[in-house]
Amino acid sequence: MTRTATVQLAAGPVRRSVASGPSRRAKAIALVGLLAALLLVWEGAKWLGGDPWRLHGSLLGIQIDYEHVPPLQWRIATDLALPHVWSIIGTFAEPAQRNGPILAQVLFGNALFTFGEALVGFAIGATLGLGLGIFFSQSRTAERAFVPYVVASQTVPIVAIAPLVVIFLPVGWLAVAIIAAYLTFFPVTMGALRGLRSADPRAVELMRSFASSPRQILWKLRLPAATPYLFASFRIAASASVVGAIIGELPSGIPYGLGSSILNFKQYYISGPEKLWATIIVAAMLGLVFVGLVRAAESWWSRGRYRGNGT
Amino acid sequence: MTLRRQARARSRDLIPVAVVFVVVVTLWEVVLGVLGVKQFLLPRPSVILAALVTEWATLVEGLRYTAVEAIGGLAIGSVLALVVALATARWVFARETLVPVAIAANSMPIIAFAPITNNWFGSESPASRMTIVAVMVFFPIMVNTVRGLTMVDASAIELMRSYAASDWQVLRRLRIPNALPYVLTAFRVATTLAVIGAVIGEYFGGPRQALGIYITGEATLFRFANAWAAIIMACLLGMSLYLVVLLAERTLIPWHASGARADGR
Amino acid sequence: MESWPLPGERDVNAGPAAPGPRSRRSSVVQVDHVGKTFGDGPDGLVALKDVDLAIEAGEFISLIGPSGCGKSTLLRLIGDLTTPSSGTVTVNGKSAREARLGREYGMVFQAPVLMDWRTVQKNVELPLELMGFDKAARETRARAMLDLVELGDFGQTHPWQLSGGMQQRVAIARALAFDPKLLLMDEPFGALDEMTRERMNLELMRIWRKTGTTIIFVTHSIPEAVFLSTRVVIMSARPGRITRIVDVDLPQPRTVETRELERYFEHVTTVREALRRHEGGDGGEGGPDPSEILQIRAEGLA
Repeated sequence: MTRTATVQLAAGPVRRSVASGPSRRAKAIALVGLLAALLLVWEGAKWLGGDPWRLHGSLLGIQIDYEHVPPLQWRIATDLALPHVWSIIGTFAEPAQRNGPILAQVLFGNALFTFGEALVGFAIGATLGLGLGIFFSQSRTAERAFVPYVVASQTVPIVAIAPLVVIFLPVGWLAVAIIAAYLTFFPVTMGALRGLRSADPRAVELMRSFASSPRQILWKLRLPAATPYLFASFRIAASASVVGAIIGELPSGIPYGLGSSILNFKQYYISGPEKLWATIIVAAMLGLVFVGLVRAAESWWSRGRYRGNGT
Repeated sequence: MTLRRQARARSRDLIPVAVVFVVVVTLWEVVLGVLGVKQFLLPRPSVILAALVTEWATLVEGLRYTAVEAIGGLAIGSVLALVVALATARWVFARETLVPVAIAANSMPIIAFAPITNNWFGSESPASRMTIVAVMVFFPIMVNTVRGLTMVDASAIELMRSYAASDWQVLRRLRIPNALPYVLTAFRVATTLAVIGAVIGEYFGGPRQALGIYITGEATLFRFANAWAAIIMACLLGMSLYLVVLLAERTLIPWHASGARADGR
Repeated sequence: MESWPLPGERDVNAGPAAPGPRSRRSSVVQVDHVGKTFGDGPDGLVALKDVDLAIEAGEFISLIGPSGCGKSTLLRLIGDLTTPSSGTVTVNGKSAREARLGREYGMVFQAPVLMDWRTVQKNVELPLELMGFDKAARETRARAMLDLVELGDFGQTHPWQLSGGMQQRVAIARALAFDPKLLLMDEPFGALDEMTRERMNLELMRIWRKTGTTIIFVTHSIPEAVFLSTRVVIMSARPGRITRIVDVDLPQPRTVETRELERYFEHVTTVREALRRHEGGDGGEGGPDPSEILQIRAEGLA
């Protein structure tokens, strides 16, 4: 419905009061509650169907000897499949390898490496995407001829082309960045195309009446109009570039990065499942941080210019 | 717009696509043939086509296996997402807290979870990949469905209120039809995610016949023509799922499809 | 429908001419000491203050005034789309809420608010579906309504295929489909061009004569208000209140010729001066409504 936006914004003061949702604080409390619920389900499943455990020792002079035998046995709740939350947290402080630095330090270094690849991939992909978006927005024929291929490109399972890129490019991290860029350029192309087309046609006519060149219309009108769309696509692209970097690292054989950590800890899963879980948590955090940075950049850029998109 | 005119517009849309295809494939064939570039990395189209023919039985077998994973995961994930969205959209508090969480979850590399599900269900079981695919498609579908259910024209809500319509009536006659375009947009994204999720999930282990396993296996043996043939199969799977969604858009939301065309998209 | 006296047959001047105490029994809508404040405390925006209004069956009432005078809010209070902060609204002896739940209102907004996924016919049937009419009754009724707004041939088309004026006619047909006691119209022709608007005014007069429904009509246009109404309610802003009610004693039925009558121009002048008197030279009714500015922006985004 194209009319929707018109009507909603034309609403008087009446609806403004209704529209305000729960406060920031209420949301934060709910978020904490949600996390607590997740932990509760996690540990609850282990309590009901996990491995037996016992508490043995003394606290303040009182002897404690407690053994818990779960009433059920679930395959996905064993310590191997679903380690205790505290053992995952604890493993961060333990050495990753004998006599080595602690896992938190190792993973932080690897996350930084992957972030570097993702950032380069993001830069390449965003530039390419923006360029393609501008190109397609100038020519309907180009759009009709190439956009289906841009869409189709995303159905290529990148892990499949990753080995080819890795063999082709001798510099390992650059190959990984290229794979990240492959996932990044798509949302930016589509976002840029939509955004550049979003300029008010009346404003375009106004620019024409000033005898503006197509380039002026692009710079003074279409690109500014596209910024909200661009930032929305950058957010998707940021998380896609992290995914791309991790996937790219898998076949690259580079001994750094979260991808190599995942492969490494997957190999030794039996002896330390919580290390793989810890790596996944760090990977998730990396995705969140990158998207958070894009958000911060957006709110810095958009201050006072347009109403930032909250989501 | 009459059907015939629509058909003509569609075939007009297809001509540039076909031209690009023919030009690129021909150039690829000729340039590689003339330069004699290392054939094994990027084989000529004719070589890939030959691999497609000789490996056909294996490829179809792999495609079937991977398709079951992708479609099964897509089905599970989307049903869950729709149910959760319908259940939470009613309560402002629930959706205003869940949607940001879902958006955040969507920015995490869920695929990193694949070794874990392999451990849960065994790497031979398609349930491992189905779980990954289900989690991957869950978030975009849920977020978009909640948006579609809630981003309803305020005047339309007032209109329903003036008719003293019940919540159920508003849901069925206004919110759900309003959400359909949003849901289908999410499905477009979800179909490609599903195929990628299944194939990449297989990278961490799976039965021999799986497409992802086949691709990595052939690539390590430097049989790139075979690998490319399998990649083409995976692409075809992704594209046909995508086309199914486009077809669903044409039939389920014709008002939106033609509106979009009027917008020039 | 036959239970309502057709306004054309009724001598409008026979009713109480000047604003004053009206008998409660005969009024369809009774607004008593109504106030509406948005927000709380000293920051609250007083949209309406101490408004009294009585509307009789079969009347055509226009609410006119500068933006921020609360005319839309008053309409929405009568339709129970919002509740008063003080005072009471009575419709046919019931509260506004009871009247809404009793489905006595037909609403028409500035935007037609048609559902794109339904055909024109199905859009008109929507309220009938909600109210549990059976299929046959719905179809007959919707067809009759489309004939009334002269869109009989367009039942199977979709809203997006119609022009703005046609869409608004569908909205009117839909509002009338269940034979509501009261038709509430919030600037229904505000988005239409002048020519379409005048044609729609004639159309609305014809429908009103035929159905005899009581209509409350919010507008920005003085000529439109004078042409359509039996009474024009003039409001002013900060705080929103009724400053004058002008009885329009133009002959019924109103036709194209009505706009050429000397008396018509006199009424237009009266209303204009009444509006200006309370403006204190700030903006006037010609000034843009903030909601319209927002709308232009929104269209730019769409």
